[in-house]
Amino acid sequence: MSAGEQPPLSAYRRREQSITLSPLDEPIEPEEGGPDTTQELLTLNFGPHHPATHGVLRLLVTLQGEVVRDVKPIIGYVHTGIEKTAEDKAYWKVIPIVERMDYLSYYFNAMAYCGAVESLLEVEVPARGQYLRVIHLELNRIASHLIWLGTSALDLGAVSIFLYCLRERELILDLFELSSGARMHTRYFQVGGVIEDIPSGFERRLREFLKVMPERADEYGAILNSNQIVLERLRGTCPLDVDTLLSLGVTGPLLRAAGNPWDLRKATPYSSYEDFEFKIPVGTVGDNYDRFAVRLAEIYESVRIIEQALDGLPEGPHITEDRKVALPPRHELATSMEALIHHFKLVTEGFRVPPGELYYPIESPRGELACFVRSDGSSKPVRVHMRDPSFVNLQALSHMVEGAYIADMIATVAMLDPILGGIDR
Amino acid sequence: MEVKREPALRVRELNAHQLLRGNELEGANRPARLEGEELEQYVEERVLLTTLDKTVAWARSNSFFPLGFGLACCAMEQFHAAGPRMDIARFGYEAFRASPRQADLIILAGRVSIKMAPIIRKLYDQMLEPKWAISMGACCSSMGVFNNYALVPADKFMPVDLHVPGCPPRPEALMHGILKLRKLVQDDPDMGWRERYDAVGTEEAPSDV
Amino acid sequence: MPDATGLELLAQELGDATLETVYFRERATLVVDSAQIRSVLTTLRAKGYAFLASVHGVDHYPDEPRLGVVYELLDMSRVDRVTVKLRVPTDAPSVDSVTPDWPTADHQEREVYDMFGVLFDGHPDLRRILMPEDYEGYPQRRDFPVGGEPVIFTRNEAKWLEGRE
Repeated sequence: MSAGEQPPLSAYRRREQSITLSPLDEPIEPEEGGPDTTQELLTLNFGPHHPATHGVLRLLVTLQGEVVRDVKPIIGYVHTGIEKTAEDKAYWKVIPIVERMDYLSYYFNAMAYCGAVESLLEVEVPARGQYLRVIHLELNRIASHLIWLGTSALDLGAVSIFLYCLRERELILDLFELSSGARMHTRYFQVGGVIEDIPSGFERRLREFLKVMPERADEYGAILNSNQIVLERLRGTCPLDVDTLLSLGVTGPLLRAAGNPWDLRKATPYSSYEDFEFKIPVGTVGDNYDRFAVRLAEIYESVRIIEQALDGLPEGPHITEDRKVALPPRHELATSMEALIHHFKLVTEGFRVPPGELYYPIESPRGELACFVRSDGSSKPVRVHMRDPSFVNLQALSHMVEGAYIADMIATVAMLDPILGGIDR
Repeated sequence: MEVKREPALRVRELNAHQLLRGNELEGANRPARLEGEELEQYVEERVLLTTLDKTVAWARSNSFFPLGFGLACCAMEQFHAAGPRMDIARFGYEAFRASPRQADLIILAGRVSIKMAPIIRKLYDQMLEPKWAISMGACCSSMGVFNNYALVPADKFMPVDLHVPGCPPRPEALMHGILKLRKLVQDDPDMGWRERYDAVGTEEAPSDV
Repeated sequence: MPDATGLELLAQELGDATLETVYFRERATLVVDSAQIRSVLTTLRAKGYAFLASVHGVDHYPDEPRLGVVYELLDMSRVDRVTVKLRVPTDAPSVDSVTPDWPTADHQEREVYDMFGVLFDGHPDLRRILMPEDYEGYPQRRDFPVGGEPVIFTRNEAKWLEGRE
């Protein structure tokens, strides 16, 4: 090549020389006779092991420079066969199996399953059991949002938020340990109510936590909302309108951030949610900042619900009195023969559920979590399927990040809040 | 000012060197002629090299760089182990590395599915020697709660140094496991109950992987 | 949920596509002909059920036709749910894919294919989603074994460990 003579610059190169930092509106078309610009597309594997993928999510990203043209999520790396394992076990033994699905919202998994089985059995949960369930569900919602906030801030670079959120989460896990004995996967919810009543120190410690939590949430908001980097990365990035979201089946904070106030706790109240007064935080634009703000606001609303539930906690049994479904209390075993027989039958074989199938939806921190249970009259379910919100929400990812930068894709994956245990089941 | 040298050390060094060269010694410290294994042991006990080994092992054990690798629920408890209450930073293990080339401890936190197993093996192969593996939780140590077609225990495809039972194990349990690994690396494996009950020799048949 | 009479009216509107209606625990289910699933869902969308919440499979082994696909529809404005079911036999497990009309069915139909072996005609990318791509067998069918590792106790140790040292 002789000096001074340069090959004609392609449109891509000419464009490259005038640097603007806005995402491309339309893809660069290859020009006639010019160099083949489709060679500029790079497919990158965002492998299952990556610090920013929130679990073992694999993304095949097609990039044009730093702009994302297409993203294909590949899942299945933590597929555990939960639904198949659940078919082999008695109904009450399925509860620990199903709890481990969406591993941040374990009470919600148990609630969906227990609700489905209770509807099949037509068993009523007593009021105290329902209120205790609501308290634990909302505590779990706060705990799930705290991990979401911590790991998302970690992705964006704010490392100390992660440690602050874990500090609060330790308080919540202490409360769980107080009521059920375990920090995670507590199998506290049983068919018919909750397995045990709360101990004597629980209310005092819960009130201390409720006093502290809104102040801490204020702190997180203060730190993140005035941080230039967080605002630039989240404001205006990767919005998606409500109609596309609805056609993709997205529910939960993602849908609420776009403006649709659909929340199953208000629309079809279950487990006495209709007794509580709370607001639904709704966003306007549906970009990453709205998703972040909606979830942060939900923490305050959950604190309100727990306060109301604690103030109005009724007296009474914590689990249904129907001995064919729930274990009798231990002290009865010494005196009553029927109690002993019921206990024996329940522990060895389990209760039998009349044949039928049912779909029971609840509102989990990520959207509509539902459990489909099909029974054939025996003591083991024939089919247990969990409709996990993250599995359906993940389909929106490719729509959200089209035309955005790869750094925005990281922020969007964080704001999507995928839990791979629920996605892969 | 006269610099006082520690005479015994110099003498010991000399003896070792001369022994290795096979020369006759002069002076009062003249051990008998040693051969083979006795010679090795004599040298090992005396030469500075042993202390260096111990120092290196001590340094390695106190500065594990865990690979930031969480699969499922156990990853949540791993976060808590790195969190403010059960701080692993006070032991020196807070530097979670994203790249396997820079890490030396892989903590398999969570259930290993058959799709993920070859990838974990690749990650383990990419780590540089010396490396250790902790299998955290019941699902990767054995099959855990889920004994079905989709999972594989970690022992089947990679060598694991330590198993931490639990579902999920508390952060304290994970810490206990990591500290046991630390003792193992310092060449002082904690035989635990085997020592207390004089049960050494009852180990299970080693797997042939 | 539409009540029992509402369900019957809905079934009448769908005409010959409905094979059966079930009203159980205040929930409405329509069992439809598997060849007409797209038109059924389009009709229901016109009636207001515009949100497809879930597509999942069931194995009715040993009843034939064995494989079932269940569609859960939701009407957000009237807060109403209806379930649509269809059944296909194992030797001809083809169903029209509803993904062109309902993009949310994309991954969910892939999961039904992966777990049960139901083939969706017209699906843009029907591959295995949860199991490895080259896996053989459909795990969630009732006659597929659960699998797993044997649990070795001292009583069966000899049987499982024979051949080792």
